[in-house]
Amino acid sequence: MYKEYDVLIIGGGPAGLAAGLYASRSKLKTAIIEERRKPGGQAATTMEMENYPGYPEATGPELMRIFAGHAEKFGCEFIKGAVKEMDLQNSPKIVKTKDGEYRAKAIILATGAEPRTLGLKGEGQFRGRGVSYCATCDADFYTDLDVIVLGNGDAAVEEAIYLTKFVNKVTIVVIHDEGKMDAAKVIQERAYANPKINFIWNSVIEEIQGDELVTGVIVKNIKTGEMTEVSADGVFIFVGTVPRSELVRDLVETTDRGYIKVDKTMETSLPGIFAAGDVTDKYLRQVVTACADGAIAATAAEKYIEEEEGFHRDVVESSMEKPVVVTFWSPAVEESMQIISLLEKYHADKDLKLVSIDVYKNYRISSRHAIKEIPTVTVFIRGEVTQRIDQPGEVEIKDLFSKNN
Amino acid sequence: MLKFDKGNFEAEVLQGEGVVLVDFYSPKCEPCQELLPQVEALAEKYGDKIKFGKLDISENRRLAIGQRVMGLPTILLYKDGEKLVTLTGDDLTAEEIEVEVKKLV
Repeated sequence: MYKEYDVLIIGGGPAGLAAGLYASRSKLKTAIIEERRKPGGQAATTMEMENYPGYPEATGPELMRIFAGHAEKFGCEFIKGAVKEMDLQNSPKIVKTKDGEYRAKAIILATGAEPRTLGLKGEGQFRGRGVSYCATCDADFYTDLDVIVLGNGDAAVEEAIYLTKFVNKVTIVVIHDEGKMDAAKVIQERAYANPKINFIWNSVIEEIQGDELVTGVIVKNIKTGEMTEVSADGVFIFVGTVPRSELVRDLVETTDRGYIKVDKTMETSLPGIFAAGDVTDKYLRQVVTACADGAIAATAAEKYIEEEEGFHRDVVESSMEKPVVVTFWSPAVEESMQIISLLEKYHADKDLKLVSIDVYKNYRISSRHAIKEIPTVTVFIRGEVTQRIDQPGEVEIKDLFSKNN
Repeated sequence: MLKFDKGNFEAEVLQGEGVVLVDFYSPKCEPCQELLPQVEALAEKYGDKIKFGKLDISENRRLAIGQRVMGLPTILLYKDGEKLVTLTGDDLTAEEIEVEVKKLV
């Protein structure tokens, strides 16, 4: 048994939730498959969320609850489960979880990203014993203790500031020269002004040390090669993320680092398979850009379904019964409209079906049929093109009707 | 599922007989909120053979650190008061916990 949808969205972070809102509001039967009980993805574990427009005071979990409710309001369904297997090449597309099988006309991959681990000496050994990737999860443990933060992007510096509400001292280890961090200026300034935050510049962590719990780190200065022991009770690592694209890496094109390549409609290298949010190859990974991706992907998926279903119904299926004469036209090309009137004139007493396809609204179908000239007239019999005339005149049209009668 | 704290941890876990599972969590930890109901489901399933309990670290921080827990979510399994298994990380799944539970029942 399986359940059928118009659009299936894999992943319930901001990108997936925005796509779910747009798709279900367009009256498409839509479901989001999310492995966690609560949607929201990475944003649901980020307390400080002060750059999502319109919500200056929001926290990540709050904002994600609002997002999920908004998608649900338009009828988006939520399926809890982890995707194990996908068939994306054929139609319908098939997605399997441990508990069920789902089919859809279009798929939106919004699987997001996860914190990058570095494989430092001691990093795996002390996970849960002083090494952490989640400040909101573990900050309580470090009340009045000293912690190290590794990383200097937005996430690292914001989480360092969050940690100062609990800890005695935060030391940020920065790989760059003094005064240079990847985080946004406004965040940097806030960190410099915070008396609990110290910096070690030009440095990386060579090793995390401890007995049963973390006791400190060895910091290496990359300019001088000098090693220094720094005692600390915890190490928070925020050194970027890696895309969660393992399941589709062999199915769609990705970058060397595993980010899914998409075009301006968020479509992947496979027709009808779209991607949105942090898992895609993009410039800025934020909630607001994830939302934009989701909206674009859902709208493009809607167009894809319309175009493919329309063509299948009006041309492919109809051509099983009688020849279908398809005119690829455009309102911008005068002659193409004349050809349509000619076809209508000569077709009157013939057992043929006439279909006109606007090449701009049906870019996908047009490019699949390599339409270069407007108008182009093609004849479909039993789903196959049996005849094609690029830029026909009245003579060719008459000739076409005598052949297909 | 029992609720452990500094008042009963010694008697229930460290002096307890048989196998005890402790789920370390905090109200702020989203992955913990995710995991907790699934651990409760395991408690339903294996509760007759293993004692299940949860411990809120925001109220029992020193106790948790005393058990060498410095990250959430963490699941510890004890047998006759001795710590045998540590499972930790925000990607920890109920399946992984069940594998360890099965080994001890």
